[in-house]
Amino acid sequence: MDDLIVEFITETNESLAAIDVQLVNLEQNPNDKNLLGSIFRLMHTIKGTCGFLGLPRLETVAHRAENVMGRFRDGTLEVTPDYVTLIFESIDRIKYIIGDIEATGKEPEGSDNDLIEKLDAVYEGKPMPGSGTAAPAQAEAPKAAPADPLQALWDSIPAPADPIAAALNAPLSGGTVAPQAPAAAPTPPAAAPVSKQAAKDGAEDHTAKESAVSNQTLRVNVEVLENLMTLVSEMVLTRNQLLQIMRSTTQNNEFAAPLQRLNHVVSDLQEGVMKTRMQPIGAAWSKLPRIIRDLSHELGKKIDLVMMGEETELDRQVLELIKDPLTHMVRNSGDHGIEKPADRAMAGKPETGKIILRAFHEGGHIIIEIKDDGRGLNTARIKQKAIEKGIATAEELAGMSNKQIHQFIFDAGFSTAEKITSVSGRGVGMDVVRTNIEKIGGTIDLHSVEGQGSTFTIKIPLTLAIVSALIVESAGERYAIPQLSVQELVMASDKGENRIEHINGTPVFRLRNHLLPLVTLQKLLKLPDAPAKANGKNGRSNSGNRYIIVTKVGAYVFGIIVDRVFDTEEIVVKPVAKMLQDIELFSGNTILGDGSVIMILDPGGIAKATGEISVADTTAKDAETEAQQARAGTKTSLLLFSANDAMPKAVPLSLVARLEDVSVPKIEMSNGQMLIQYRGSLMPLLKFSDSMPLSEDGTQPTLVFSDGTRTMGLMVGQIIDIVEDYINIQISSDKPGFLGSAIIRGHATEIIDVGHFLKGAYKDWFRDHGDEDFDREDMKRARRVLIVDDSPFFRNMLTPLLSVAGYEVTAAENPLRALELEEQGEEFDVIISDIEMPEMSGFEFAQTVRKQGRWMKTPMVALTSHATQNDIDRGREVGFSKYVAKFDRDTLLTTLSQTLAEHRHGSAAGGAA
Amino acid sequence: MSLTGEVSKFRKRRAGELDEGPQTTEFLTVVIDNQLFGIPVLQVQDVLRQQTVTRVPLAPPEVAGALNLRGRIVTAINVRCRLGLPDLPQGAKTMSVVVELEHELYSLIIDRVGDVLSMQNKDFENVPPTLDSVWRDVASGIFRLENQLLIVIDVRKLLHHSVH
Repeated sequence: MDDLIVEFITETNESLAAIDVQLVNLEQNPNDKNLLGSIFRLMHTIKGTCGFLGLPRLETVAHRAENVMGRFRDGTLEVTPDYVTLIFESIDRIKYIIGDIEATGKEPEGSDNDLIEKLDAVYEGKPMPGSGTAAPAQAEAPKAAPADPLQALWDSIPAPADPIAAALNAPLSGGTVAPQAPAAAPTPPAAAPVSKQAAKDGAEDHTAKESAVSNQTLRVNVEVLENLMTLVSEMVLTRNQLLQIMRSTTQNNEFAAPLQRLNHVVSDLQEGVMKTRMQPIGAAWSKLPRIIRDLSHELGKKIDLVMMGEETELDRQVLELIKDPLTHMVRNSGDHGIEKPADRAMAGKPETGKIILRAFHEGGHIIIEIKDDGRGLNTARIKQKAIEKGIATAEELAGMSNKQIHQFIFDAGFSTAEKITSVSGRGVGMDVVRTNIEKIGGTIDLHSVEGQGSTFTIKIPLTLAIVSALIVESAGERYAIPQLSVQELVMASDKGENRIEHINGTPVFRLRNHLLPLVTLQKLLKLPDAPAKANGKNGRSNSGNRYIIVTKVGAYVFGIIVDRVFDTEEIVVKPVAKMLQDIELFSGNTILGDGSVIMILDPGGIAKATGEISVADTTAKDAETEAQQARAGTKTSLLLFSANDAMPKAVPLSLVARLEDVSVPKIEMSNGQMLIQYRGSLMPLLKFSDSMPLSEDGTQPTLVFSDGTRTMGLMVGQIIDIVEDYINIQISSDKPGFLGSAIIRGHATEIIDVGHFLKGAYKDWFRDHGDEDFDREDMKRARRVLIVDDSPFFRNMLTPLLSVAGYEVTAAENPLRALELEEQGEEFDVIISDIEMPEMSGFEFAQTVRKQGRWMKTPMVALTSHATQNDIDRGREVGFSKYVAKFDRDTLLTTLSQTLAEHRHGSAAGGAA
Repeated sequence: MSLTGEVSKFRKRRAGELDEGPQTTEFLTVVIDNQLFGIPVLQVQDVLRQQTVTRVPLAPPEVAGALNLRGRIVTAINVRCRLGLPDLPQGAKTMSVVVELEHELYSLIIDRVGDVLSMQNKDFENVPPTLDSVWRDVASGIFRLENQLLIVIDVRKLLHHSVH
């Protein structure tokens, strides 16, 4: 029989036993919501599973019964004994069908129309057809069915027996017939035992099959395994002692051989018992490809399931508990997430949707990711649903981020699926998922972008799992650090190249190109100096060597200073005693191979204790970092060049229209301005720096900048390279023509301010807009700025400029894209918008923003190259607070800080009022 | 556990001397700083000689550390510290009594272990209110012996201080 079906039967039988008990309770407490919920879920699970196993009859019954249960749960139908009887009847029917599947491997023939009719009637609120007494009778009928084939077999036995009787009787009946009778007789008696045997076989087969199914898997209480594990550990310790004794005594060699044997057996035993607890997560995934395959057939979708990290080991108990949630979620991704091929094609995605299932260890947790590239969560629908269900009010929702709104899908009875399919969509899935995951102390997180897909991240603590740990020593005490959070080990000496440096007493370490923050374990744990160490007998005080454990928690990398590093050991993490659970620095404790107890350090707790990050919301933090990276944009292509000094310079490649080699003799001078005839018109030329010599009669590499009709050339020393890197300007510059310095390809590189040179070439490249003098506001945190401009030239120019000034910049190529950002829940402190844009003008954009939504109060600055008083007035009207000329660097910056300050005061005053 | 609950339990225990089952309770006696204490024998899992414990940094002061008892991790409690008594001089031998509370094992480090005594319930007294509050806190009552007094340790309360 199919493994899946066997497992299904075992599971369902267990569920059914539970349902029976709960239904009886329900009849007594018809209003017990929890009870209703759990019965409903059980039904749902049966329904869901058998849908994929190709058991239509079972599925139909479960589905209809679930319908009725659904009404109980929603409180629209009162639980009466009659209805409970009906549910019992359905359960009996399910049991009967399952019994048959167990015996024959397939669903029995027959119809459940009688039952379904009644269930549907109840579901639709009509009176039940047929009286209560008729129901059990009907249910009884199919029960007799399985006996039939057997009965037939037995019935068939007397038939061949007749010839025997005839044969026996024959000699008595007459003399002349006798010789013939024995000739005829042998055949039938021979047949008789055969068919008897067959009948017997049939009967034995029947029972044998049943017991085989229940015997294939043996469910063992985890406690039993736990005890076994303890006993084995003890045995290992005793063996170690024996081996120790053996080694120290030279005589008594007769023990050597058996002890050696014992040694091996114990090792194997230990391994075996360990194995009983651990399973690769792939075991829980084995069903999924089939489920996805069936699902895509059923729904007419193309789905590709990619599984990664199947070998990640998981405690058996944990595995059992996450199996169902995982199945639910993958099914949900397929059902709700992935769109139909046609819809996908329309959205510009490949027809085949992808569901990626990934498991890995991280920072002492097991992380399981379920990611799809489908349509993502429909935030608007969730909002609507939340209001309908009375979970939240419209006002509350308005104040929530999309992420918070998405969390509603984990609420019981919350489903936004348009129609309820047999696959999913009853809002049962996600609340079960969350309950099950939280039961094992895990968390589930969700990240979804509409139109791009959803990612669910399940994080399960390692409390139950076996991990590899690095054993370290500090102040004479040993500690374990989960190997997974250890990035690398560095040996540091007191002097020399690998030394630990101090800034105001805080240790830091130069690790390649980065400064690594350090914490000293001894200080962290408030350990006194170990006496032996203090005497300089051994350890670090002699050699001066210490070790740095480079640890990564989330995105935060730091070093832990320890005195010594030992080996790694496989450990079974045990939770610490209750009275020690407050100590955040430990994630558990364990017993080492030598029998000693050791505390397990929690890198997350250490990171938290050192005040660097709050681990409680690492996920939120991670998402934030991710978003930040997304906002900071992907890598920028940069053109590297040199001028007259050694320092490489960089300019965003997208700003450069062309690279030309300008022939120096052809340069003409006009009114002190260098010009060259370029493509039929005159192009102003500038030297990158005045002191830069021009090659006498050769050519000079020139960067050509162009915006609309205007072009200019910037002559540089030498073009070095084109690289892709993040522009992360670390030191901003006051020197005209420079935005600041950044590390590009490992070298300090000056990022040039193209605007400066543009202005140098055309005084009116950016029309000046008066002198506004405002106090610069000190910006403590990165203010988020949105730039809306259709010209990539200006977007590329403003982004680095504002980044240098400490703003976090997001650029949108048109107002529509900007409004999408609003939809996605992005928040900004100020919006800078161009006025002249093809799809939608800046005025219209401002009007739209001001009308409603989360940006209603966000200050807006208009950016334009032509500002008449009329324009300014109109701008004020639609909601722009300021007007700034395009690329007037200083004015833009002062305007921004002033606007932000005004806005802050404004809202503070508003808050006080 | 609420105080009133405790009190009513004692009242019941005293009042019900005649009709409430056994008339005696067995205690494992231990000595701390020359004072005799009793731990209900049914709560005692094990008696250990001096053990090496792993220190647990940042733990409450009375937590002496953790040790391995047949594969289970046991939290060792320095009862002297818990009672506000000075530590024994370095190198002095101690013993431990292992008790279980809420499915966790604790090893109570005491000076030495005495006999198991069977106490007459009629000899039970409430803790004198004049006793030091820490002692009053961990004692559930006192038995009058011929030559000395035996303080009954309430294991839950002894550990409660740290367990929360």
